[in-house]
Amino acid sequence: MAQPKPDTIFAPWDDPTAKPLIQFKNVTKRFGDFTAIDNLTLDIYAQEFFALLGPSGCGKTTLMRMLGGFETPTEGHIFLDGVDIGPVPPNERPVNMMFQSYALFPHLTVWDNIAFGLKRSDMPKDEIGDRVEKMLKLTQLGKFAKRKPHQISGGQRQRVALARSLAKAPKLLLLDEPLGALDKKLRHETQFELMDIQETTGTTFVIVTHDQEEAMTVASRVAVMVDGTLSQVATPDQIYEAPNSTYVADFIGDVNLIEGVIEVPEKGAAKDAVSIRWSSTETPINATSDLGLAAAATVHFAIRPEKVSISTEKPEADNVMSGKILDIAYLGNISTYHVEVAPGLIIKAQATNVRRMSRRNLTWEDHVYLSWTDTAGVVLTS
Amino acid sequence: MNWRARLLIFVPYAWLLVFFLVPFGIVLKISLSDIALAIPPYVPTMKDGFWTMITGLDLENYAFIGAGAVFATFALIVLAVGMFQILYPRVRRALIPDARYGIFDSAAVALTALAVAVVNIAVLVAVLSFLFPILSDFVNIPDFLYFAAYLSSLKIALISTFLTLLIGYPIAYGMARSAEHWRPTLLMLVILPFWTSFLIRVYAWMGILSTEGYLNQLLLNIGIISDPLVILNTNVAVYIGIVYTYLPFMVLPIYAALDKMDDSLVEAAEDLGCTTLSAFWLVTAPLSKPGVIAGCFLVFIPTLGEFVIPSLLGGSNTLMIGKVLWEEFFNNRDWPVASAVAVILLLILIIPIVLFQRNQQGDES
Amino acid sequence: MRKFSWFNATSLTFGFAFLYLPMLILIIYSFNESRLVTVWAGFSTKWYGELFQNEAFLDAAWVTIKVAFWSSTLATILGTMAAYIMVRTGQFRGRGLFSGMIYAPLVMPEVITGLSLLLFFIAIGLDRGVITIVLAHTTFAMCYVSVVVTSRLVSFDQSLEEAALDLGCTPFDAFRSVTLPIIMPAVISGWLLAFTLSLDDLVIASFTSGPSSTTLPIKIFSAVRLGVTPEINALSTIMIGLVTIGVISASLVSRSMSIKARADERRAEQG
Repeated sequence: MAQPKPDTIFAPWDDPTAKPLIQFKNVTKRFGDFTAIDNLTLDIYAQEFFALLGPSGCGKTTLMRMLGGFETPTEGHIFLDGVDIGPVPPNERPVNMMFQSYALFPHLTVWDNIAFGLKRSDMPKDEIGDRVEKMLKLTQLGKFAKRKPHQISGGQRQRVALARSLAKAPKLLLLDEPLGALDKKLRHETQFELMDIQETTGTTFVIVTHDQEEAMTVASRVAVMVDGTLSQVATPDQIYEAPNSTYVADFIGDVNLIEGVIEVPEKGAAKDAVSIRWSSTETPINATSDLGLAAAATVHFAIRPEKVSISTEKPEADNVMSGKILDIAYLGNISTYHVEVAPGLIIKAQATNVRRMSRRNLTWEDHVYLSWTDTAGVVLTS
Repeated sequence: MNWRARLLIFVPYAWLLVFFLVPFGIVLKISLSDIALAIPPYVPTMKDGFWTMITGLDLENYAFIGAGAVFATFALIVLAVGMFQILYPRVRRALIPDARYGIFDSAAVALTALAVAVVNIAVLVAVLSFLFPILSDFVNIPDFLYFAAYLSSLKIALISTFLTLLIGYPIAYGMARSAEHWRPTLLMLVILPFWTSFLIRVYAWMGILSTEGYLNQLLLNIGIISDPLVILNTNVAVYIGIVYTYLPFMVLPIYAALDKMDDSLVEAAEDLGCTTLSAFWLVTAPLSKPGVIAGCFLVFIPTLGEFVIPSLLGGSNTLMIGKVLWEEFFNNRDWPVASAVAVILLLILIIPIVLFQRNQQGDES
Repeated sequence: MRKFSWFNATSLTFGFAFLYLPMLILIIYSFNESRLVTVWAGFSTKWYGELFQNEAFLDAAWVTIKVAFWSSTLATILGTMAAYIMVRTGQFRGRGLFSGMIYAPLVMPEVITGLSLLLFFIAIGLDRGVITIVLAHTTFAMCYVSVVVTSRLVSFDQSLEEAALDLGCTPFDAFRSVTLPIIMPAVISGWLLAFTLSLDDLVIASFTSGPSSTTLPIKIFSAVRLGVTPEINALSTIMIGLVTIGVISASLVSRSMSIKARADERRAEQG
C-alpha cells in the first residue's frame, strides 16, 4: 500500500539515496542457549522517532542495549554513521539512553544530574551552566534545579531523566519504556511533550515500548518485534491499515480474523478482486488483494471492528452478513457489538455514539446486519 | 577483562591467599610434624631441606588425639541421621495414613519420630558391637582427653543451641507481634548487645553466678536456699553464658522470618476454624522454619569452637575443644598436637557449614 | 492487625531483662565504694579515678584503638573491593576459591584463625607486635565488611552505573562518582563493624600479639580470670556507655533521615 508521498513529508526510508544513521547488519545475540535477537537487519534514519514495539521478551530491550553499548552482538555488526560501533565502550559512544527506572543519581540534585554527562565531556565550565539552564527550560524544570530526585514527583523525575540524556546533544537518544512508570493521564500529556522535544532538538529517538497506543502516537515508524525478529517495519498508519501478518494485525488494536480459502475468480472480475469462502453455506467475502493469490490458497481476512457497520435493516454493500447480538460493550464514545454470524464465528462491530442514548434500539438477541466495503479489510497469508 | 579489573581482583585475592590459605597450609604441615625442644618447637622444618621435611611428616599426632575415633563417631552420627531421614517418612506414612494436622496428630507424629530414632540407634549399636573387634584397632585412643573434648563440645553446642532457641523464639515472636512503631526500637535493643564487647558480657555473669555473687545473695536473702549454689565454674554457667551471648544470633533470623510473614495467613487459618494455638502450630511455626534453622546454625557453629566462655565461666572439668587447643598451645607448648586438634575441629565443622549454606541458598531461591 | 497477647508481653519483658540485667548490675556496681564487689558500700566514682591512673590499662587501650583504626580501615578497603568483585565481576578463574575464602573466616573458630596466623608469622619470621595484630584483624574483618557491602550492592540498581557509563564515565569514574557515594552508608557500617570486632577480639589478638603490644581485651582477660574487680567494672561501664551512645545515635540519625525522606516524597507527590 505504499503510496507516493509529497516531498514535504518526512520519509527517508522511501528514498533510496538517503543514508541511514544506524544500520543493523545480520545481528544475532545469544545469552547461553537463548537467542534474544535472531539475524536482524534494520536501518534507522537521522531525525526519526523510531519505536520498537513488542511483548516482553521479544528482544526489543536487548536491541536497544546493543545500541547503548551495554551488550555486544554475538554475530553481525552495528553501524552508526557508517562506523562499526561494536568495539566502542558505552562512555565513548555519541549515544545516550533514558533508562526505564530513570536511573537518576539519588545523591545529586536535579541540576547536578543534568550536568553529570557534561562535566565528563570537554565542554568548558561556563558553558555547562548555560547548557543545563537550557535543558531545565526545555523540560520546564527550572524551579526544581536544587532538589534531589526523591523530592520531586514521578512525572518530574521522568523529565529530569530526559533532560539529562539530552544534555550532551547525542546523535541518538534511546528511550527504554520512558513513560512506563507514569499514570495513564500523565502518560498521554507526556507523549506529546516528547514529540515536541524531539522536533525541537532534531535528535533521532529510538523508543522501546510494549504499549502499542504509545508507539502509534509518537513514532514516525514502528517496528513490531516477535521472538527476536522483526515482523513488520512501517509507519503507524501502514501497520494499522495494512498489517503484513495476522500476528501484527492482532497485536495492534482490535481485529476480526476470519479464515477461508480463495475462490476461483469469476470472469470479468477486477484484477485485484478476490472472494474468500469461509463457510460452505454462506456467501463468500469480497475483498481486494494485490498479492496475486492462487485459487484454493488458505488465507485470513482481517477487518477492524470500526470498519464494520451495524444496522437493523439489510443494507446495500459489497459484503453483508446477518447475525444475532450476543454482547454489547458500552465504552461511552463508542459501543462494540459482538455479533454471531455463524455458529462459532463472532464478529465485532463498532459504532460511534453520536447522539445521546442513540442506538438504544439495538439490544441483546436482536437480529442485525453487518456490512462493509470490499476495500475495508486486508487478506493475509501468514 | 582489562588490567584494571585484574588489579581489582588481584589485591583482595592475594591478601586472602597470603593471610588465610597459606597460614592454614602451615597448620596442616605442623600437625604432621613432631614436637621438639627447639625454636620453633617442632621438627622437621625447612632448614632440614625440603625433601627431609616432606618425608619426616607423619600422622602420629592424629593417632595421639584419637582422630580415628572422632571420625568414627561423627560418621556414626551422620549415618544415624541419614537412616532416620530415610526411615522416618515411610514409617510415618504407614502409621498415620491420612494427613490430619491437629495438635494431637502432631504429638503422634513426634512420638513416631522418637520411636524411629530409638530403633535407629539400637540397630546401629547392635551392628557396631558386632563389628567392634574389627574396628577397635582403628579407634584405638591413646589419650581420651581430646576425644572427650570433641564429644563434650558437641554436646554443649547442641544443648545450648536448643536452649537458645527455646528462649529466643518467644522473644522474636513477641517482637514480630508488637506494634509497628515499637519494632525498630526492639530491634535496636536486640542488636545493641552484639556491638558490646563479648568479653564484658561474659564477665558480667561472673559477678552474678559466683558463690558470693548477686544471684546467691538474692536467693539467700529471700530464703529460697540456705546454702549458696555452686554455679560458676560448672557446665551450667557455660550454658548460661552461651545462651546469653548468642541470643541475638537466634532472635534476629527468626524475627526476620516472622516479620516477613503475611498477617492475613493467621487470620485465614482462624477463619477456617483453627484455634489461636493450632493456627500458630500449623501456619506460623512452619513459615518461621528457615529463620529457626538459620538461627540454630548461627549459634551452633561458633559455639563448637568457643574459648572465652568455657575458660571464664566453666570449671576444670568443662571440656571444650577450643579451650583444649588453647591450653595445648600456650601451656604445654605442643604446637604439632594443637595444630592437629585444629585441623580435626575444622573438618568436623565442615558438615554443619555445608548444611547451613545449602539452607541459606534454598531460602533465597 | 497483629494481636499482642500477655504471652508476648511476658516473653519480651523476661527476654530483655535477661539481656540487659547483667550489664545493668555491672554498671551499678562499678560505682560501689567497696573493693568487695558484691557488697554495696555506698556510691563512689573512685574506681574510675584508679582506672585512669593505671598506666598499663591506658597503654593497652591506646594499642587497641590504633590496631582497630588501621585494621578496620584496611579491612573496609579490601572488603569493599571483594564485595564489588563478587557482585559485579562475572566469571574469572578461581572465583570459587575466592568466595570460599571470603566466607570461611566468618565461620572459622577464632582459635584456629589465631593459631594459623601465629604459625604463619613465625614461619616467615615476622616479629609479633602491633603490625601482626593489624594484619590478622584485617583478614577476618574484611570478610564481615564484604558481607555488609555485598548485601547493599545486590539491591543497588545497576542501571545507575550504566547511566554513568552512558554519560561518559569510565568504569572507575562511575564507581567513584556514583556507586561509592550511594553505597557509602554500607561502607561506613562495615567500617564500624570492623572497628568493633577489632576492639572486642581477644582470641586472635592473644595469638598474634607480642609482649610489647598487649591489647585491652588481653589485659581484661588476664585480670578477670582471677575474679571480679571493681576497676574492670568501671572499664566495662565506660565501654558499654560508648557503644550504647554510638548505636543509639546511629539509629536516631538513620531514623530521622528516613522520616525526612518519606516526608519529602509525600511533598513531592503533592506537587
